[in-house]
Amino acid sequence: MKENWDLVIGLEIHVQLTTASKIFSATSNSFGADPNCQANIVDLGFPGTLPVINEEAIKKAITFGIAVNANIANESIFARKNYFYPDLPKGYQISQYEAPIVANGKLRIHPTEEDSAIIIERAHLEEDAGKSIHFTHQNYTGIDLNRAGTPLLEIVTAPSIKSSKDAIRFLKRLRELVTHLEICDGNMQEGSFRCDANVSVRKSGTTKLGTRAEIKNLNSFKFIESAIEFERARQIELLESGENVIQETRLYDEKTQETRSMRVKENEFDYRYFPDPDLLPVVIDETVIESIRASLPELPDKKRSRYSKVLNMSAKDTNLLLNSPSTSKYFEDSLSVGLKDPKASFNWITGELFRLLKKSEVDISDSKVSATELGLLVLAMEEGSLPKSKGKEILNNMWETGTSAKILIEKQMSESSLSISDLENWLEEVLTENHKQVEEFRSGKEKILGFLIGQVMKKSKGRGDPRLINDELLKKLRAQN
Amino acid sequence: MDDSFPKEILKISDGLKKRKFSSVEITKEYLRRIKAYDREINSFITICEETAIESALEADKRIAKGAAGTLAGIPYANKDLFCTKDILTTCGSRMLSNFFPPYDAEIISRAKENSLVMLGKTNMDEFAMGSSNETSYFGAVKNPWDLRKVPGGSSGGSAAAVIANLTPLATGTDTGGSIRQPSAFCGVSGLKPTYGRISRYGMVAFASSLDQAGIIGHSAADLAFFLNIIAGFDPKDSTCIEKPTEDYSRNLNFPLQGIKFGLPKEFFKTELNSGLQQIFANAISLVEKLGGKIVDINLPHSSLSIPAYYVIAPAECSSNLARYDGIRFGHRAPNTSNIEELYEKTRSEGFGAEVKRRVLIGTYALSSGYYDEYYTKAQKVRRLIKNDFSEAYKSVDFILSPTTPTTAFPLNEKTDDPTLMYLQDIFTIPASLAGLPAISIPAGLDKGLPVGLQIIGDYFQEARMLGVANKIQQTTDWHKLTPKSNSEKKL
Repeated sequence: MKENWDLVIGLEIHVQLTTASKIFSATSNSFGADPNCQANIVDLGFPGTLPVINEEAIKKAITFGIAVNANIANESIFARKNYFYPDLPKGYQISQYEAPIVANGKLRIHPTEEDSAIIIERAHLEEDAGKSIHFTHQNYTGIDLNRAGTPLLEIVTAPSIKSSKDAIRFLKRLRELVTHLEICDGNMQEGSFRCDANVSVRKSGTTKLGTRAEIKNLNSFKFIESAIEFERARQIELLESGENVIQETRLYDEKTQETRSMRVKENEFDYRYFPDPDLLPVVIDETVIESIRASLPELPDKKRSRYSKVLNMSAKDTNLLLNSPSTSKYFEDSLSVGLKDPKASFNWITGELFRLLKKSEVDISDSKVSATELGLLVLAMEEGSLPKSKGKEILNNMWETGTSAKILIEKQMSESSLSISDLENWLEEVLTENHKQVEEFRSGKEKILGFLIGQVMKKSKGRGDPRLINDELLKKLRAQN
Repeated sequence: MDDSFPKEILKISDGLKKRKFSSVEITKEYLRRIKAYDREINSFITICEETAIESALEADKRIAKGAAGTLAGIPYANKDLFCTKDILTTCGSRMLSNFFPPYDAEIISRAKENSLVMLGKTNMDEFAMGSSNETSYFGAVKNPWDLRKVPGGSSGGSAAAVIANLTPLATGTDTGGSIRQPSAFCGVSGLKPTYGRISRYGMVAFASSLDQAGIIGHSAADLAFFLNIIAGFDPKDSTCIEKPTEDYSRNLNFPLQGIKFGLPKEFFKTELNSGLQQIFANAISLVEKLGGKIVDINLPHSSLSIPAYYVIAPAECSSNLARYDGIRFGHRAPNTSNIEELYEKTRSEGFGAEVKRRVLIGTYALSSGYYDEYYTKAQKVRRLIKNDFSEAYKSVDFILSPTTPTTAFPLNEKTDDPTLMYLQDIFTIPASLAGLPAISIPAGLDKGLPVGLQIIGDYFQEARMLGVANKIQQTTDWHKLTPKSNSEKKL
């Protein structure tokens, strides 16, 4: 008889902090420079050089700690994690071990469900290593130390996630959080948001954790899910055939969608952690925590509930907006011109604007049409001064020429002002030509209004504003009643 | 040496200011002496003839403009573990025998700003690990008092160069006694300031929580003037203490009346030979004669200093020296076929026996399962030793002891017995573990070899400590004694 197995997942997420300079040196922290052009003597571990902590990195770690309701350590300690690797310049990585800066926080998988919260055991600051690039065919390895010294916040969850789907949900929520806090750009391709997964299985109903495998090299949500599922199946198969799972580090291979052994526990490094004598303990004053708390941006959960309660947005639309802080900011900025219907703005943003952005490969934060300009355009349609049918054309015009919404709308209105008197004629014509339908309306079949609007639109050759027509028609129908 | 060139810093400075001689002249004279006498002593690894004369010319110009400080134009030498831009910095090791740093250590920058003239880089025990200067890849340094004897270490080159009159001043570093012990063996004055008083930036690290830059010279007064330049906060070193400096020469006429000097009972459980005992007793009675009050004190945990030190220092060293992997700088073993082999050969060839021994001890002490038993316990001992001193300084102003348990010993005598060698630092390590300032000054000769008197001060008491030392030197000639060794006879 087949037994039931429970999956247990713990995640370790490396969040690259968006500081201007590296964690222990003044070198720039930006991505994409030529190899080894962004590494100074401190990053290269030259004899005699010393690390000096970047306070911005400390502040970003505190920001995260506050946002997940964690304890911020009054005193945290940097330790050395010793191991040899060519892209680790000093022969040790400066990290935090026994006294991390953030401990014991939580983050919900489902924003409104308290019991979906996953415990964040700790989050600690550390420096990243460089990169080794293996040119196997030419038989040599290149080393790029630009990344050496990049500040990372390593976030470690309790082993309490129960499915690969939940793991992905949690990671999406975490990514949403760190990007909204503006402490990380969340870019998984560039490695700004990386994840290792500790996976084990145990018989349903038991509480003792099974032996885990740590899976590395997971740089997309899809891969993480696939790796966890593969690992679950592999471990269950082993256990059901009477074998043991061994504790090891496994690499995910995106081509085969399988994990393979990288090193077993006996060959794990003994990192010989000890407090780094070059750095003093990081002492954090309560007033610093309070001032960071006071300047914390609105958290995604709060934003989500506001979008739902105040703006009446659906959960699906909200998720789309919160996917990137710049999109939600753009959205909110567009409303600031006095829009009554947020959904209209949402539709314009996620529809035509997204298409234009994608076409030009531009991020929304660099959009050629500003949020308030887009807002003014939508407002004109909302107030009826611009027919909705004209919106797309004008938005494209704004995008191409940079002309303001106001000027284009005024131009449009002067062009269509002739037809204001035409509208009166068309209305009269439609009412006389469709006697039967007018009667039906008056006898209570109000749905017929749509048909009548359509007839007027036809006469206007699509130039008429349906809302205006709607209003005018109603006026006439009711007046003659 | 030509009588027109004085040895004392103030007198050299005065001569330069009054244009009795130029910096170029005195620099050339020291360079000549180094070339003439250092072949035997081996106190220099690198002699910077060209750059020295260039800086002397600059200093002369600055002096002529009247824009120069006390030390402008004065020659000095640097221990070869201070990084000097584009000048070979070996740390006494094959590993760095090809290392030209792209930057200056903080104290080198400060000396340059003050127009001091660097004569060269002095020999030392490899990576500052040793008490005899015999672990240098560039050969042992000989003690100018007796060329068959060691000069002490690790700053043996600096101490030997000063007493042989090859430089009036030299920098050193002290981790467990590396300035004080060679100063005692060579009969010069050597200061280890409070930990954090001088920037470590650009000092090749041995044991970061203990390493402290300091100075070796002919007298306490000379040290005070140099300390004025190099002491002070440096934001590039997180362990450097942000506390205002003071004029370290202001207390040079320090009256000893009523000043209390503690003699730690535990220090005298170590067997000293009668000659050393006599010399130390003489020094004590001198201090009393000058008005000082001698008090017996207890430093109950001092016997644990050496074991604690030889866990902490190697632990830090094992990590600090991990960067020498043949990848970015320093020695790289040729003809290796994979990364493990590159590491193994590079480090086997690049490091000497004592460095390897300490890397191994340190790696062991930090490894999982042993960490608490060794490293954690050693840190606890360190705290107890600190507390002992704090307790002692409630009742005394300074602590006195011999600097070393013996005078300079013969070359090769202790090289086969590291634990015997480690005992050399029995009186100097406690202050190192506590981070306290200490100075060794000459107190006379025992069988023709210098004996050092150690004065340990409370934190940041350098000015008063130098004052006490200077008071003793005002009333004695011990610091003026010079060797009549073979090399000196040729003068």
